[in-house]
Amino acid sequence: MTKEYKTINQIAGPLIFVEKTEPVGYNELVNITLPDGTTKRGQVLDTSNDIVVVQVFEGTGGLNRECGVRFTGETIKLPVSKDLLGRILSGAGEPLDGGPRIVPEDRLEITGAAINPYARLPPKDFIQTGISTIDGMNTLVRGQKLPIFSGSGLPHNEIALQIARQAKVRGSNEPFAVVFAAMGITNEEAQYFMRDFERTGALERAVVFLNLADDPAVERLITPRLALTAAEYLAYEHDMHVLVILTDITNYCEALRQMGAAREEVPGRRGYPGYMYTDLASLYERAGVIKGRKGSVTQFSILSMPGDDITHPIPDLSGYITEGQIVISRELHRKGIYPPVNVLPSLSRLMNSGIGATRTREDHKAVSDQLYAAYAEGKDLRGLVAIVGKDALSDRDRKFLEFADMFEDKFVRQGDDENRDIETTLSIGWDLLAELPEAQLTRIDNKYIQKYHPAHKAQKQE
Amino acid sequence: MKNKGEIYRISGPVVIISGLNTKMYDVVKVGTEGLMGEVIGIEGDKSTVQVYEETSGLKPGEPVENTGMSLSVELGPGLLESIYDGIQRPLPVLKESMGDFIKRGVSANGLSREKEWDFVPTVKKGDKINGGDIIGTVQETQNIEQRILVPPNVSGTIKEIMKGKFKVDAVICTLTDGKELMMMQKWPVRKPRPVSKKLTPSTPLITGQRILDGLFPIAKGGTAAIPGPFGSGKTVTQQQLAKWSDTEIVVYIGCGERGNEMADVLYEFPEIKDPKTGRPLMERTVLIANTSNMPVAAREASVYTGITIAEYYRDMGYDVSLMADSTSRWAEAMREISSRLEEMPGEEGYPAYLAARLSEFYERAGKVKALCGKEGSITVIGAVSPPGGDFSEPITQNTLRIVKVFWALDAKLAQRRHFPSINWLNSYSLYTKALGPWYDEHVSPDWVKLRNDAMELLQKESELQEIVQLVGSDALPEDQQLTLEIARMIREYFLQQNAYHEVDTYCPMEKQFKLMKAIMSWGDKAQNALEGGAAVEDIMKSKTKDDLAKVKYEKEFDTALGVILKSMDEEFAKLRGK
Ligand SMILES: Nc1ncnc2c1ncn2[C@@H]1O[C@H](COP(=O)(O)OP(=O)(O)OP(=O)(O)O)[C@@H](O)[C@H]1O
Ligand SMILES: [Mg+2]
Repeated sequence: MTKEYKTINQIAGPLIFVEKTEPVGYNELVNITLPDGTTKRGQVLDTSNDIVVVQVFEGTGGLNRECGVRFTGETIKLPVSKDLLGRILSGAGEPLDGGPRIVPEDRLEITGAAINPYARLPPKDFIQTGISTIDGMNTLVRGQKLPIFSGSGLPHNEIALQIARQAKVRGSNEPFAVVFAAMGITNEEAQYFMRDFERTGALERAVVFLNLADDPAVERLITPRLALTAAEYLAYEHDMHVLVILTDITNYCEALRQMGAAREEVPGRRGYPGYMYTDLASLYERAGVIKGRKGSVTQFSILSMPGDDITHPIPDLSGYITEGQIVISRELHRKGIYPPVNVLPSLSRLMNSGIGATRTREDHKAVSDQLYAAYAEGKDLRGLVAIVGKDALSDRDRKFLEFADMFEDKFVRQGDDENRDIETTLSIGWDLLAELPEAQLTRIDNKYIQKYHPAHKAQKQE
Repeated sequence: MKNKGEIYRISGPVVIISGLNTKMYDVVKVGTEGLMGEVIGIEGDKSTVQVYEETSGLKPGEPVENTGMSLSVELGPGLLESIYDGIQRPLPVLKESMGDFIKRGVSANGLSREKEWDFVPTVKKGDKINGGDIIGTVQETQNIEQRILVPPNVSGTIKEIMKGKFKVDAVICTLTDGKELMMMQKWPVRKPRPVSKKLTPSTPLITGQRILDGLFPIAKGGTAAIPGPFGSGKTVTQQQLAKWSDTEIVVYIGCGERGNEMADVLYEFPEIKDPKTGRPLMERTVLIANTSNMPVAAREASVYTGITIAEYYRDMGYDVSLMADSTSRWAEAMREISSRLEEMPGEEGYPAYLAARLSEFYERAGKVKALCGKEGSITVIGAVSPPGGDFSEPITQNTLRIVKVFWALDAKLAQRRHFPSINWLNSYSLYTKALGPWYDEHVSPDWVKLRNDAMELLQKESELQEIVQLVGSDALPEDQQLTLEIARMIREYFLQQNAYHEVDTYCPMEKQFKLMKAIMSWGDKAQNALEGGAAVEDIMKSKTKDDLAKVKYEKEFDTALGVILKSMDEEFAKLRGK
C-alpha cells in the first residue's frame, strides 16, 4: 500500500496542490479519499520536490484539506480484454451496465504512444458507408480520420449512427467493431445512441464509454483516450477493424480550456490553450493502419462548430489534423434534406487512394469531379438569379441551375435506412449528369461517357 | 557544481534540474532511463531542460547527467534515403528496437556504424588542407557522390590518407599534428555551417509547376513561404516541389503534421523516377518526420536538424532544396515550451524571440561559395498554417517580412477545386527581374513578355469581374467579353495543374512556354478577328479553344499542339472570310 498524505495545501478549480511528498512521478495516477470515505481519481500535472499539482477527474466538489492523497506510482491504464465488446462503461472506464469488472488480459497506458511513421501503411481500403455524398464524393477509407463538422440541432447523430450501422469494406465480411465515446452529450442523446445500438444488435460488437453533460468536465480529458486505447487493443491485438466515434469534440475542447484556465496558463486564440493542436493531434493521430497487422482504427468523430463558424479554433485546429471533413449544412437541413451534407466544403483527402478501377469503379473520380463542378456552378447561379432574375439566364445556365436542385433532391437526399452501394450512387450521379448537355461534361473522359452515360448505355443495349 | 545533478521539477516536456554544471544547449541525459534533453535556460544552480521524449513517470530526485555536447547531427555517407525523427534517430532503427510505436529511452545513431563505404581520396600525403576542403568521395547513391569534407574548424597537412572500404567512424586521414579525420563529422544544429561567401541567386528553381515557374518563380538559393488554411494545398505543393524540382538534394521536413502523409511519401518516393536522372526520387532525399503526436521538443529541433543536413550537402557544392511542412507547428512548439518556462509572452502567446528565430532559420538559405570553393545553394520553402486562414497572424506576418516569394493559397480556389489553389493576384516573387536574363537565354526571349501579358490579363479580369457581378457578362462590350474568355483560358488551361494526373503532374519549362504561347496566340487571333468584324459568339464557338483545354494532358504534347495550332490558323482564316 502506498503512503497516504494529508498535506493538501490548496484547492483551486479542478486542481489540488499537495506538499511534503516523497518524489512523485509526472502523469502518475492519484487516488483521493474524502472524509466520508468516497474516492476520486486524479493525475499529476506538475511535480517537484516542493509541491505536486493534481487534476481531479471527478472534480474537486466535496474535497477539503483533510482528504487523503495516495500516489499510485503508475500512469493511468485501461484494463483490456476481448470482453470489452458489448460493455457500457463510464467516462472514467467503470462499468455502468451492472456487468462484472473486466478481467484484464492486459493493462494499457491510455496516453498511447505515437505510431512510428515508418510502421504505417498508407490507408487505401474503401469503406462503403451507403451514403452517396460520402461514398461518391468524399470517400472514407480504413485508417482515416474524417470528422463530421456539424452544428447544434443538426442531425449529425443520425448520420453517425447510420454510418456505424452500414459501414463495411466491400468483398469482405469482416465486421467493424464500434468504439463509441460520449463526451459531455446529454443523457437523451446518449439514450438515442444506446437504443439504436440495442435495436440493431450493434452493441454486441461495440464498446461504449459515457461521459454525459452532468458528469465532471475534467473526466472528458480521459474518456477519448480510454476509448482509443480500447480501439487500438481490438485492432492491433485482435485483428479487428474498429470504427471510433467520439462525440462531441467540442465538449472535449471546452474541458481542455477549463483546465488551462484553472492552471492560470497564458491562453491562446479565443481562450483555448496554446497546445490544443498538439493535444487534439494526440487523439486524431491514433487512427491508422500498421504494416503487418490486420486490424485498423478509423475515426469518424463529431464536432459541432460553435456558431456554425468553421474558422473557430476547434474546427480549425481539427481540420489541420484530420484527413478531411464532412460538413453538415443548416441550409440543406432547413430544406428538409437528409443527410444534409454540403459537398462543396467537404473533403476526403484520402479519397484518391481509395477509389478507381480496382477499388470502386474506373469512372468514380471523373463522376465525382463532374458532379462537384456542376453543383458548384449551379449554386453560384442561384446567387446570380437572386440579383438578375431567372429570365436573364441562358439556356445552358438554366440547366445548371436545375441540376443543383436535382442534385440535392436525388443524390444528397436519402433515407436514414437507405443503404446505397457504390454502383447505385454512381448511377444516380450519371442519371443527373445526363440532364446536362453532353458537351458540358468536360471533366469526364470520352471513353467513360461512351460506357456509362445513360444515353449511350441505352443505345448499346438496343 | 558537478557533472551529475538531479531532477527538481517536471512539467510536460520541460524539466528543471538542480546541482548540475551546464552550458546553454548542452545535451543532458535525464532520469534513470537517460532520456535525451537539451538545456534551454539556466538560473542559479538550476537548469531548464526540454526533453525530446515522453516524460510520464519521471520523478524528482532522479539523476541527470551532462554529456557536455551541444545537440548535433551526424553528417556523412548514409544520410540520403533515410527517414529520421526530429533529433536524427532513424525511424527504421527505432521500429526495430521498440516496435510499431515510439517508446522512449532508446538512442540511435544517425548514421549506421555497420555499413562500409568505398572511400576514394582526392588529396594525397603532404597536401595542405583547410576546413571545408574535399578530401575524397563516396558513391552514396547511384547518382549522388558524397564529397567528404574536412570539418570547418580543422586544418593542417596530411600525414596519411586511406583508400578503400571503411565504416563512417573509421579514421581515413591523419594530419601531421596527429588529428584524425573520419568520413563522419558532427555539427551542432543550432549553429549555421560557415561558408566562404554568400552569392546572389540568379538561376530559377525549375519546379515543373506552371503557376510557380510561370508566374512566381523562386531562385535556387531563395526563400518562399506558402501559407494557407487547412486543405488548401500546402502539403501537395511541397510534395510536388520535392518530387519535381531540379535540385540535386531534397530535405523534406514533416514538422508536426500527419503520420499518414509521411507514410505516403515513404511509399511513393522510391517508386517515382527523377525526370533528370531516371533514378528513384528517394535516392536524392532525406526525410525528417516528427509528426504532430511525437514529442514537441523534438518537433522544435526537427527544423534545425533538417537545415544542418541541407547545409552539409550545400558545402559539397550541391543545389539543395528544403521543404518545411509546417513552420507554424515549429513555432507552436516554441510557444508551448516557452509557456512552460513561464516566459513573458509576446504576440498571441508566442515567445518574444519568434521573429528572430524565423529569420535566423531562413537566413540559412542562400546561394554560396562554399569553403571548398564550389558553388552550392539551399532553397527553403516553408509552409505556414495560419489559424482560421487569417494571414494577419504573427507567423505569416513575420515570415513574409523575410522571404522573397509568397505563394498565397486561397480557400475559395481550393473549394472551387482550382488546383494549385495559389491566388495569382496576391502572390508575388521578388526574383522575377533577376531571373529575366536566364529565361531569355534558356527558354525564349519572348517568355518574359508573354508572362507579363498574361499577368496583365488576369489583373484586368478581376476588375471586369466586379462589373460582371453587377450587370452580368452579356452587358460588357465584346472586346471585354473576349478578355474575360482569354483570362479564363489562362486560369483553367495554364494555371490549373492536377498533381495526381500522370502527365500533367510535371510540366517542363519548354512545354509551359509552348502552352502559354498557344493560349496567348489564340487570344491575339481572336482579338484580330473581332476587330475584323467577326461576331463574338462565333469566336467563342472555336473548337481549337476547347482543344487547348485538354492538350496539357497529352503524352505526345508537341504533336497534339502542332495539330491544334494548324487548325487554329484555318479556323480563324474562315472566321475572317465570313
Ligand atoms: N495541385 C493539386 N492537384 C490536385 N489536387 C490538389 C492539389 N493541391 C491540393 N489538392 C487537393 O487538396 C487536398 C488538400 O491539400 P493538402 O493536403 O496539400 O492541404 P494542406 O494545405 O496541406 O492542409 P493542412 O494544413 O490541413 O495540412 C488534397 O488532398 C487534394 O485533394
Ligand atoms: Mg498539409
